[in-house]
Amino acid sequence: MSKTPELIVNDLRVAVEGKEILKGLSLQVAKGEIHALMGPNGSGKSTLANTLMGHPRYEVTGGEILFKGLSILEMEADERSRAGLFMAFQYPVAIPGLSVANFLRSALNARLVRPETNGSGTMPQKKGIAPREFRALLKGQMALLKMDESFATRYLNDGFSGGEKKRAEILQMALLKPEIAIMDETDSGLDIDALRVVSDGVNALAGPDLGVLVITHYQRILNYIKPHRVHVMVDGRISVSGGPELALELETRGYDWVRNGKEVTAP
Amino acid sequence: MTTEPTTTVGIRDGYAEKYGFHDDEQHVFKSKMGLTPEIVAQISDMKGEPKWMRDYRLKALEIFEKKPMPTWGGNVGEIDFKNIYYYVKPTSQETKSWDDVPADMKRTFDKLGIPEAEQKFLSGVGAQYDSEVVYHKIKESLEKQGVIFLSCDHGLKEHEELFKQYFGTVIPSSDNKFAALNSAVWSGGSFIYVPKGVKVDVPLQAYFRINTKDMGQFERTLIIVDEGAYVHYVEGCTAPVYSSDSLHSAVVEIIVKAGGRCRYTTIQNWSNNVYNLVTKRALAYRDATMEWVDGNLGSKLTMKYPSVYMMEPGAHGEILSIAFAGRGQHQDAGGKVVHCAPHTTSKIISKSISKDGGRAGYRGLVKVQKGATDCRSNVNCDALLLDEASRSDTYPYMEIEEDRVSIGHEATVSKIGDEQLFYLMSRGISKDDAAAMIVSGFIEPIVKELPMEYAVEMNRLIQLQMEGSVG
Ligand SMILES: Nc1ncnc2c1ncn2[C@@H]1O[C@H](COP(=O)(O)OP(=O)(O)OP(=O)(O)O)[C@@H](O)[C@H]1O
Ligand SMILES: [Mg+2]
Repeated sequence: MSKTPELIVNDLRVAVEGKEILKGLSLQVAKGEIHALMGPNGSGKSTLANTLMGHPRYEVTGGEILFKGLSILEMEADERSRAGLFMAFQYPVAIPGLSVANFLRSALNARLVRPETNGSGTMPQKKGIAPREFRALLKGQMALLKMDESFATRYLNDGFSGGEKKRAEILQMALLKPEIAIMDETDSGLDIDALRVVSDGVNALAGPDLGVLVITHYQRILNYIKPHRVHVMVDGRISVSGGPELALELETRGYDWVRNGKEVTAP
Repeated sequence: MTTEPTTTVGIRDGYAEKYGFHDDEQHVFKSKMGLTPEIVAQISDMKGEPKWMRDYRLKALEIFEKKPMPTWGGNVGEIDFKNIYYYVKPTSQETKSWDDVPADMKRTFDKLGIPEAEQKFLSGVGAQYDSEVVYHKIKESLEKQGVIFLSCDHGLKEHEELFKQYFGTVIPSSDNKFAALNSAVWSGGSFIYVPKGVKVDVPLQAYFRINTKDMGQFERTLIIVDEGAYVHYVEGCTAPVYSSDSLHSAVVEIIVKAGGRCRYTTIQNWSNNVYNLVTKRALAYRDATMEWVDGNLGSKLTMKYPSVYMMEPGAHGEILSIAFAGRGQHQDAGGKVVHCAPHTTSKIISKSISKDGGRAGYRGLVKVQKGATDCRSNVNCDALLLDEASRSDTYPYMEIEEDRVSIGHEATVSKIGDEQLFYLMSRGISKDDAAAMIVSGFIEPIVKELPMEYAVEMNRLIQLQMEGSVG
């Protein structure tokens, strides 16, 4: 693909509470591509995901993040989301009292009603999505993810099982239609059937209009969601990148051999 | 219509515009400033009351003067009783037609959406402006069934026997200093009687509006729900934003007879210069249910603990309380449940929210009297702090004089979480909206009990409180 990738991460350095976690990480994801990011516990995968999404606790100390050609470092999470970035959380957060349906409608309306305001503060008060239209949309997407209808009235992630939380993340992704989605261990804690449903969900969304970065520990999900590229992250950097076969190799050989800094393919 | 500068209050900025305006003063009578036996007698005389009520007021004034100020709760020390107008009569008489309400006042109530609400979803409306009810009306169909819904003054005038039988029996003048004050200078409020077996399915509403600067509003409400009857009464209130303080001190007495049910919903939205010191109490008899839904969003200081006395077996009392304090506000809210008879049950759910240095808390009492065996009571109070500067207090008192009872108590305090905010923001929702959604979720268990229109109203007011809240 010859066009400029939508997401470009260049020599990114990130510190949390003064401790440097990402130490010069570079990565590019274009629409239409699926990338897998693997790496040992604590290597910084979630840090990368959270930093891309704009979590205030992660301090960018160097490098750049370009989204559709523009730096997003100064943008808050909500702006990044509305610009077309999405992260499926490794640990989705519960909001008691806020129903899934209300939440999703607000999230959708935030996109429809509030085009970027250039800091002038004036907000066009267009009407959001009509309730009936929204219900139909939600119902359809939930059916695709084999979610029970009662789900819509439950409180967001409150008392959800691990698998339900992950499905709910994909549901959000399906409704918000991002251009680049980062999925942080969406496969963890899923049984085989749920894994298939979630993967089918992602595959249904994947295509020329979506780029995906799948963070995972397991080859398993990559049997369903076929990556174009696989990256291995060690100690805050991408140490190895390669094709799909790299994931298989990791599965059999573990991470030690990449720790030694051997490059299989140049990214 | 002019608008007072808002700089003195400076928070809830949207409030000034939506509710904080005031009309030019155009009362037909205003008592001299301050409180004397002459003024109390004058109020009674102007109302043309029977002698027993005049005496009752004067006696209550004596009690008020003797009673000390409460030393707990909030800071009431700054209330200057000498600098208050105790009686401001807005019109010469109350009317059943909005067309007869003076234009300014009508415009005010229009702005507050009262006539519209009356059309859409209410059985009857009372609208009080300063000291008197200016408009009062109930649907004819209910009137035909014998339901009485009048201003308290008209209740006394038109149903003296019934009125006298219950007035002051639930909350005597000597109950506390502010109950005594109300008993001395009370004016306006509602008088409701629901006959045996009659169910008023659609709410009755009273709206209380303060307009005059430096005034005190002392409405009095008496509700009698006869056997097997049901009523839902809703009250709302607002006031202009003034640089000096106003006082609102109401007394609400409710009697729910065997098998009856009463729900009393308050959406308190006074401006931040109003002291709101209210005594509310209900007696529930055999198998009767009393529910208080108490939302406190406005005022400078609120001290209010609606209570239910369960007088006979099978009685059930419920208090759902929301208190939201922003900058300069102190909400000392809560409730009391008193089990006077065996086999009675009660529940208190309190949700308090504080932000920008505001202080909101729960003060509650669960009391089980000797002999009241096999009672069950559950208290749940949760506090949500929106920032470091804010404060929440919990004072759960228990006086249990019986062993065979089941009492549950749970309390939590949480801070609005960065992770919750980030999660919602990562879906494109702005920080302010995200915070408001978390707060709305927090009070959802109570709001979902409200009729839809009031749930919407409550959430709208929460939004207003939340404006520009998280930094
Ligand atoms: N909010 C935080 N506060 C303190 N330390 C943090 C925080 N987030 C990440 N870290 C630290 O940064 C390092 C990388 O953590 P991160 O969660 O990014 O790893 P990961 O690759 O996602 O691991 P896993 O595979 O276990 O999910 C760890 O040492 C972790 O303790
Ligand atoms: Mg992780």
